[in-house]
Amino acid sequence: MNKKTNYIVSAALLLGLLVLIFVLEHVLPPTSMLFVVLKKGAIYALVAVSMNLLNGFTGLFSLGQAGFMLLGAYTYGIFTIPVQARASVYQYFDGGIIRFTLPVPVALVLGGVVAAGFAYLIGLPVLRLKSDYLAIATLGFAEIIRAIFQWDALGPVTNGSNLLRKFPTFNSAIFPFVVAGICIAIIALLINSTYGRAFKAIRDDEIAAEAMGINLAKHKMEAFCISSFFAGVGGALLAMFQTTIQASAFKSAMTYEILLIVVIGGIGSITGSVIASFLFIGCSEWWLRFLDMDTYIGSFHVPLLRAGFRKVVFAVVIMAMVLFYRKGIMGDREFSLERIGNFFKNFGRKKTAAAKED
Amino acid sequence: MSDKTNILRVENVTMQFGGVVAVDNLSLTVDEHEIVSLIGPNGAGKTTAFNVITGVYAPTNGCVYFKDDMILSNHPQGKMKKMYSGKNAGMYTRVMEKTPDQITKLGLARTFQNIRLFKTMTVFENVLVAMHMRRTSNIFSATFHLNGKEEAQMRADAENLLKVVGLYDERDENCTSLPYGKQRHLEIARALATKPTLLLLDEPAAGMNPQETDELTAFVRRVRDEFDLTVFMIEHHMDLVMEISDRIYVLDFGHTIAQGTADEVQNNPRVIEAYLGVQADA
Repeated sequence: MNKKTNYIVSAALLLGLLVLIFVLEHVLPPTSMLFVVLKKGAIYALVAVSMNLLNGFTGLFSLGQAGFMLLGAYTYGIFTIPVQARASVYQYFDGGIIRFTLPVPVALVLGGVVAAGFAYLIGLPVLRLKSDYLAIATLGFAEIIRAIFQWDALGPVTNGSNLLRKFPTFNSAIFPFVVAGICIAIIALLINSTYGRAFKAIRDDEIAAEAMGINLAKHKMEAFCISSFFAGVGGALLAMFQTTIQASAFKSAMTYEILLIVVIGGIGSITGSVIASFLFIGCSEWWLRFLDMDTYIGSFHVPLLRAGFRKVVFAVVIMAMVLFYRKGIMGDREFSLERIGNFFKNFGRKKTAAAKED
Repeated sequence: MSDKTNILRVENVTMQFGGVVAVDNLSLTVDEHEIVSLIGPNGAGKTTAFNVITGVYAPTNGCVYFKDDMILSNHPQGKMKKMYSGKNAGMYTRVMEKTPDQITKLGLARTFQNIRLFKTMTVFENVLVAMHMRRTSNIFSATFHLNGKEEAQMRADAENLLKVVGLYDERDENCTSLPYGKQRHLEIARALATKPTLLLLDEPAAGMNPQETDELTAFVRRVRDEFDLTVFMIEHHMDLVMEISDRIYVLDFGHTIAQGTADEVQNNPRVIEAYLGVQADA
């Protein structure tokens, strides 16, 4: 299979996926959990891939993702609430100080730009740090941002600790799929470009990368800002999905969820992050929900199953992952049609070889 | 020496870490198209000297010229002012600290004592990364693959380079799966990909068997001629050093104790003393 047919087949499959979603949305009842999983899964896939760009491909261990998502979500919300709805949203702040609205695509991009801008400012001091120290500094930033956005003095803009709502949202899962798909494609293109190779060089060996003429500060900053940009767009999508925004929702637990997805999918694998995202959201929102419910089989009360047990199971899964399956689903490889083709070819060959031996 | 143009000139460089003077008042020149070696017992300060020249450490005092342009210059500052125990204090007043990537861009490439290849990459990618430095595309044009011509050129150059150094057949293998000697060759190839005029080799023959060392000797010569390079290297294998070097500098405890051609150095009593020790009789 050459490169061109590979691209065409991939594009056709993605288009087929969109058509499938379109059909499902007309067949299944709109309350089906499947759509929640698809929408949230797509959004988390985008954020996980953006985090993977930083943690997996550039080797910068950052935990600021929730903070950048918050920036994106708030920017989107603040600039898209219709003018006539502002009085009721900003009821304690005289309708806020922003008296215009932006179209949805512009606001989405602006959300990313604001997140990237903050990333630049934070990156100046913070990117000098390495490994754990960088993680702590970025985590601290995310917490500070969350606190600042709940501050009453900023109420006319951020609505203080009250909800932002009534901004445009989406109904169909196709919208987050298309936006997240485009963003992930851009990240994939970046990683396969000469800059992506430079990022990987920095991850593998900073000293050698610098000796090969790669400007560390500049490239780290670029990776940090681009990652934050897409985290911001992801945050804006999440706001659309949830229909309301509250700063207190963007806790560090959110960053850990995304980190978990990255680790399960494989650090350094884009497709791994996407697959793990849908798996994780599927489990936490749908398939493992039963763990949180008191269940009776006949008159037998199943032990352990009660509210919160799901989290225990997740914790055990994480421990098992880290202990026995450190590379995640994909390791640092990518999922591709060619790979699957080869797998079946080899599989077939093995079978025939085994048959011959018999 | 005066009729040739020197490509690298190190002037009175002192590198002091706390109270330890690792390199003391080192002055040396490397002329165009020469192969110059820096030798000395363990802990003599050879690698420190390399790290100063390539910008990894800022020198405590002294300056470095590359092709008659100053690339590094420093004088003791802050706490070091009082602690400084080297010579020529107050001789240099300018502060100029180029970072390693800037120095590499000027045409001074290096390899490392302990091999530092990009471990997750293939042989081909390792060389390709070094081409990144000469890009003209920015991050947007590169992301959207608008730099197709440049990218194709980079790949062609990398393939040519691999052919020249004889690693073309292994180009799609992961670099860590290469045998040790070939990893050394790859590291040199990667340095060559930055299109340097001066190549700094830090113990290129470390850990090699005699046959690999012979191959390396031929390889360094061939590379020097084919790429019109100047080579400055640190080495412990004396047969390699004596065979290949036009001139040799000998360091011991940070001091330059001898310099000259292979014969001159071999017969220098101070060098013999440094390497073999001398009876404390006087």
